[in-house]
Amino acid sequence: MAAEDAMPLLAVRRLGMRFGGITALDDLSFTARRGEITAVIGPNGAGKTTAFNCITGFYRPSSGELSLTRPDGGSYALAKMPGHLIARRAGVARTFQNIRLFAGMTVLENLLVAQHIPLMAATGFGILAILGLGHYRRAERQAVEKAKSWLERIDLLARADDPAGSLPYGAQRRLEIARAMCVDPVLLCLDEPAAGLNPSETAELGALLLRIRAEGCSLLLIEHDMNVVMRISDHIVVLDRGRKISDGTPAEVRADPHVIAAYLGEDDESADDLAPEVVP
Amino acid sequence: MGLAYALQQLINGITLGMIYGLIAVGYTMVYGIIGMINFAHGDVFMIGAFLSLIALSGLASLGITAVPLALAITLVFAASLAALYGWTIERVAYRPLRGSFRLAPLISAIGMSITLQNFAQVSQGARVKPLAPLLPGGLVLTRAGGFAVQLSWMQIAIAVTTVFCLGVFTWLVTRTPLGRAMRACEQDLKMAGLLGIDTDRTIGVTFVIGAALAAIAGLLFLLYYGAIDFYIGFVAGVKAFTAAVLGGIGSLPGAVLGGLLIGLIETFWSAYFSVQYKDVAAFSILAITLVFLPTGLLGRVDVEKV
Repeated sequence: MAAEDAMPLLAVRRLGMRFGGITALDDLSFTARRGEITAVIGPNGAGKTTAFNCITGFYRPSSGELSLTRPDGGSYALAKMPGHLIARRAGVARTFQNIRLFAGMTVLENLLVAQHIPLMAATGFGILAILGLGHYRRAERQAVEKAKSWLERIDLLARADDPAGSLPYGAQRRLEIARAMCVDPVLLCLDEPAAGLNPSETAELGALLLRIRAEGCSLLLIEHDMNVVMRISDHIVVLDRGRKISDGTPAEVRADPHVIAAYLGEDDESADDLAPEVVP
Repeated sequence: MGLAYALQQLINGITLGMIYGLIAVGYTMVYGIIGMINFAHGDVFMIGAFLSLIALSGLASLGITAVPLALAITLVFAASLAALYGWTIERVAYRPLRGSFRLAPLISAIGMSITLQNFAQVSQGARVKPLAPLLPGGLVLTRAGGFAVQLSWMQIAIAVTTVFCLGVFTWLVTRTPLGRAMRACEQDLKMAGLLGIDTDRTIGVTFVIGAALAAIAGLLFLLYYGAIDFYIGFVAGVKAFTAAVLGGIGSLPGAVLGGLLIGLIETFWSAYFSVQYKDVAAFSILAITLVFLPTGLLGRVDVEKV
């Protein structure tokens, strides 16, 4: 299985993104392999979130290609797909730096919205459900079951019927990941999932991400918390000012002089993040 | 007089308010999901009233005179054709402007409103179209000092239809995956898209549902007043919009509550003060409410989305 595990899932080729005169991404190429956790790191303003926005269809890249390998061996050109199809067909789900739950809906409903496509198909796009026909009841039951299994995993089952906006911050973060997983993605993109979490919540998050990987979903991760990144990533891509400056295993990246320079040159705080990991 | 007279006004006001409420739901729903005031909505209501009149005349000439049957057929006919109008308007006049500056769809909506008015005027004529009362008579609830409080069959029919339609609508929004998708789009359109929801279709469905409810309101208006013309959409539209704002724009129960309040204010003002100033009364109360409750009665303070 090792050979298949290392198959490329997402290939980013010569990706460029410009906003007016500002080049946010310049000629970025990297590969995220199937069954791995790929982390994208870099100082603030390096273009990490821009790259994410291109991959998930939030932005149209100015140049370059994004291809996601299909299960049948073909590939999707993500840069040319409308946003909702990137989630629906290609199976790419994401979370944001700032939490974007449907705050006024219940915790359970948040997870059901993510399963809208199979549910709507079972209702015959609304028409059969109104007539009480079709497999709608069964589909709805399955959807609720799946939502509950995720709530159990993220320890929120008891709060299923509370509004999502009333949850504590750490729980909202976990719920967002669970919601993204309810889309049944092949690739889950997480933008700073550990931001604002306390150490014990961060440890739980790391365990959750490793469990998601073990279940066969690949992950692409932007994260500033170097402890998490170094501990769970299989592969790290380092960006600085829109360009890739390093790419490899955590050990390789840690030893790369370009990376150290980028972090030391930026500001002391980011350098401190990396420093304890650099000195053995 | 006294109490009995007031009771009669209460009945009349609630009837009128229900019609406003049905229209207001369409305004508030569209505003909730794409943040735009659909100024053509009142005219879809007018189109619904004309479609109802056409259907009722057609059915009468076919010899279908059983009132409940004729009304049921008319309701389905007007609601489904108006739904088609709603979908087409969104597709033609608003969807191409999505992502444009905020005023563009608003101006397009005003254009659409004028187009629909002129379309009705040219195709149906400018004169007032009468309809003979279908359900004359009613229940006399109580008599006091020569004044009989009457609840007409028509008012009962309007109340039953409105409650039924709003019941179906509430079920649709709160219990079905379609409604869940609509609420998700209302909260965060972009995020809903990222979860695989076809947001364009969901917006289209919102317009379809709003137009169908407006057409049902059109049918009820036609039955209640017995006369329509191409201009009724403007006045009723402005009133229903006011109702939506009064209740808190974006809030569905607020739209119904606002509709009932506007209906009651208008009716009571006409009964006790002067008919000429009933609109002034309704709009003054709107202004006063907004000064003290800027988000309306049931509106929530909206956190600006990033």
